Amino acid sequence: MNAPNASGWKPGTPEAPAGESGIQTVTGNRGLMLEEPLIFEIGGADTCGVDFASPLPLAGGAIDTPSPNPSRRREGDRLGGLARTEPIGLPGLSEPETVRHYTRLSRQNYAIDCGIFPLGSCTMKHNPRLNEKVARMPGFADLHPLQPESTVQGALGVIDELARWLLALTGMHAVAMSPKAGAHGELCGILCIRAALEARGDARSVILVPESAHGTNPATAAFAGYAVENIPATAEGRVDLAALKARLSPDVAAVMITNPNTCGLFERDMKAISDAVHAAGALVYCDGANFNAIVGRVRPGDLGVDAMHINLHKTFSTPHGGGGPGSGPVVLSEALAPFAPLPFVRKTEGGWELIEEEDGIDAAPESFGRMTAFHGQMGMFTRALAYILSHGIDGLRQVSGDSVLNANYTLRSLDGVLDAPFGSTGPCMHEALFSDEGFAEGIATLDVAKALIDEGFHPMTMYFPLVVHGAMLVEPTECESKASLDQFILALRSIAMRAKAGDESLHQAPRLAPRRRLDETLAARKPVLAWNEADPVD
Amino acid sequence: MRYLPLTDADRSAMLDVIGAQSIDALFADVSPEHYLSGPLEGLPTHASEMAVERHMRRLSKMNLAAADAPFFLGAGAYRHHIPASVDHLIQRGEFLTSYTPYQPEIAQGTLQMLFEFQTQVARLFGCAVANASMYDGSTACWEAIAMAGRVTRRSKVLLSSGLHPHYVSTAKTMARFNGDEVNYSEPKLSPAGDFVELAQAVDGEIGSVVVQYPDILGRIDDMTALAEACHAAGALLVAVVTEPVALGALKSPGEMGADIVVGEGQALGVGLQFGGPYLGLFAIRDAKHVRQMPGRLCGETIDAEGKRGFVLTLSTREQHIRREKATSNICTNSGLCALAFSIHLTLLGEKGLRALAAENHRLACRAADRLAEVPGVEVLNEGFFNEFTVVVPGDARQLVRDLAEQGVLAGVSLGRLYPDGDRRENGLVVAVTETVTEEDIETLASALEEALA
Repeated sequence: MNAPNASGWKPGTPEAPAGESGIQTVTGNRGLMLEEPLIFEIGGADTCGVDFASPLPLAGGAIDTPSPNPSRRREGDRLGGLARTEPIGLPGLSEPETVRHYTRLSRQNYAIDCGIFPLGSCTMKHNPRLNEKVARMPGFADLHPLQPESTVQGALGVIDELARWLLALTGMHAVAMSPKAGAHGELCGILCIRAALEARGDARSVILVPESAHGTNPATAAFAGYAVENIPATAEGRVDLAALKARLSPDVAAVMITNPNTCGLFERDMKAISDAVHAAGALVYCDGANFNAIVGRVRPGDLGVDAMHINLHKTFSTPHGGGGPGSGPVVLSEALAPFAPLPFVRKTEGGWELIEEEDGIDAAPESFGRMTAFHGQMGMFTRALAYILSHGIDGLRQVSGDSVLNANYTLRSLDGVLDAPFGSTGPCMHEALFSDEGFAEGIATLDVAKALIDEGFHPMTMYFPLVVHGAMLVEPTECESKASLDQFILALRSIAMRAKAGDESLHQAPRLAPRRRLDETLAARKPVLAWNEADPVD
Repeated sequence: MRYLPLTDADRSAMLDVIGAQSIDALFADVSPEHYLSGPLEGLPTHASEMAVERHMRRLSKMNLAAADAPFFLGAGAYRHHIPASVDHLIQRGEFLTSYTPYQPEIAQGTLQMLFEFQTQVARLFGCAVANASMYDGSTACWEAIAMAGRVTRRSKVLLSSGLHPHYVSTAKTMARFNGDEVNYSEPKLSPAGDFVELAQAVDGEIGSVVVQYPDILGRIDDMTALAEACHAAGALLVAVVTEPVALGALKSPGEMGADIVVGEGQALGVGLQFGGPYLGLFAIRDAKHVRQMPGRLCGETIDAEGKRGFVLTLSTREQHIRREKATSNICTNSGLCALAFSIHLTLLGEKGLRALAAENHRLACRAADRLAEVPGVEVLNEGFFNEFTVVVPGDARQLVRDLAEQGVLAGVSLGRLYPDGDRRENGLVVAVTETVTEEDIETLASALEEALA
């Protein structure tokens, strides 16, 4: 309709040059690649896509505060004298315009539904639609978190059933279900460790973290009040056990280890690490982001782990949704279980109970408290449970097997083309790690990643882990067919050859995406973080 | 195993390329004593879609869905009608199955949506800048306290007695570990909140004062004078909004001088979902503090051809760059819930949000007046939006359980939220949204009359 800015960029910005095909369009659209203005440019204060039972008041009009019995009406109005008088500035769209706006936006996104999403550390696997259907059953989706226990028995049952699966798969003693995402789970685990140490009167101040760790590990440790020190790695990309042992002392509270680690390798010495850490009076936190590689084959509890978060949005396929929501239950050893946060679910003869503040201090005397309102990511629990039940224990074992098979196939298929710094020491786990070794002068990992976009793929994780120069971390997951992998490998091989040959045109990639490379320096130097009609873009 | 595309022939061909005998051989780095040689005993094996659906449906039927009862629960989670198009749009695979937009050239859909979302939230809250979302309202609240500590370099915090007790617990948990000193007392059953006392208590050692608007008992107070007192003492005022629909009827916290406004966005687009996933909203009134904000921020820029585009920006605040020096450890946020919120708010627009708010308030007034006619019931609030507290003669916890047996979800008893007494066990918080009918109100009133007779 009245799109003042159909081309999608503001008046006064340069005319778009002709695209790769040399064809220029007056709208800026290119076939199915459609530009879309902001809602603030196409919406109006008087447009509304929702009908109400009662007539609409005018925007900015007075709010009625009726009373059937005027004698009950108190002094003044019943909004405390705080009725809004100024416009908010919210544009509205009719329903068809709304559907079109967001549909057009969606088509500018790459997604796992469109193709392989080999983002290492992120486990972008297929999101089964059964799980979406289950999560939307009214008995789960339309429940208030504070309903009486007798009316939510099935929901508590889901939490309990999922918890039992997580305990069986990890070989651990207890699980805290409420953490909202991986990093929140890390915090939960570290707070359990801190509470346990405080309970034995043992104040310790340092947490050791490998250099290759996810950034959330040191950030979490610092947030929980610890000093962070690096653990060195061996030339093979694993924790240096001798160096770790040498550093262990009474000031070390915990060691945070990712296993399989971020170089895509299994920490062979994990049990020996745990034993050494325990002997020094400290505890072992395991970052479970890479649990997908070992689910059904290795139980972290057997390796001496005290706490580990599980990203339900990775291993157990709840959708990433463009950056969340996640869910990060934390499995705990017997030593840490008493310190788990409120609330938690307990099965009794009569059904399931939710243990929370109402139950008093005696119900959980050593709990470190609450990390969030309510009880965790129920919508993710239903999805994860449906996923686990669909696979069963045999299927989950095949999941880890196929994810490791796909990664090793990718690794070996690129032998001699891309440098794999740890590729000669044996098989990898579910991720294949490459470096930029051998690229021509001036060609970077970023150029390779952007060139993959033109070939129709989402790039791999770039520049992580930090311990490998120009790192490219490829995690195909078990959800790729051999044909899909072969096509990806073909593209990556071709781009890698161009990178080695010094093909300068790689700097121009991507050319075929909805946008060319974006000016991130400008975005950070002159932040425009909200729409304002007066803001120029320059 | 319908989610696994590899065939046995594929596996065998791929193992040949790798030069391994079997998939088990790829796990050579796991010591044999820790490697499970077969599926764990005693756990179910794979199941058909129909069988899983049947199992989950059976569990879902053990719950009383809100739609199947007269429903009056609030206290931080609100039931509103969600237009059908919201759920349709968030289930588009390009949104549902995409990742954090780290490759902006192929994530403009998510990025533009986040830019629109940030602008909507900032305007609703009366602020300059909002971020791309946090986990939920309670974690956004402690992130706000942490941010205020960074800005003021002070570690004392005053929490209003009207703040949601789960938010209080969450803040206290963090304080126990990061050394903040948190001052808080539980609310009194009185029509007035504690903004006046807070304004008197704020001094040069206080980093932030945290208030909720409307508060846990549904009360609404002007925070203008409190904001002035905070600013005079060099403290920041943090305002928490757990019911964003209220801001369709009420002045925004930013207008009244709140420095950081956080909230729970669940009420728009997201649904109840038994407590999660929800949507943390986080905004600041003055953009000068933007580099101390937690969480992802989406910003406008241009691409190499000069076209407008959006990127995640100012990421030098964040853990993946700054590691232990980051402003927060947050990584994943609530992107899909932010999308649902933004779509719902786009459908409503200015006119619709105001109409929705007016309808909520109208029905809440009806309900308050009807319940006040029930012998023994006293309505506590003088002012409220769509939620108010009633005081009943006995233990409201038991009353709520009894009414649930009759199929009426009457509200949230204060005894559930505050185990200690001081008459709070007599309190029942009743929320009335547009989903409540006049008949529902009459059913609740009659049930109360009968139960209290």
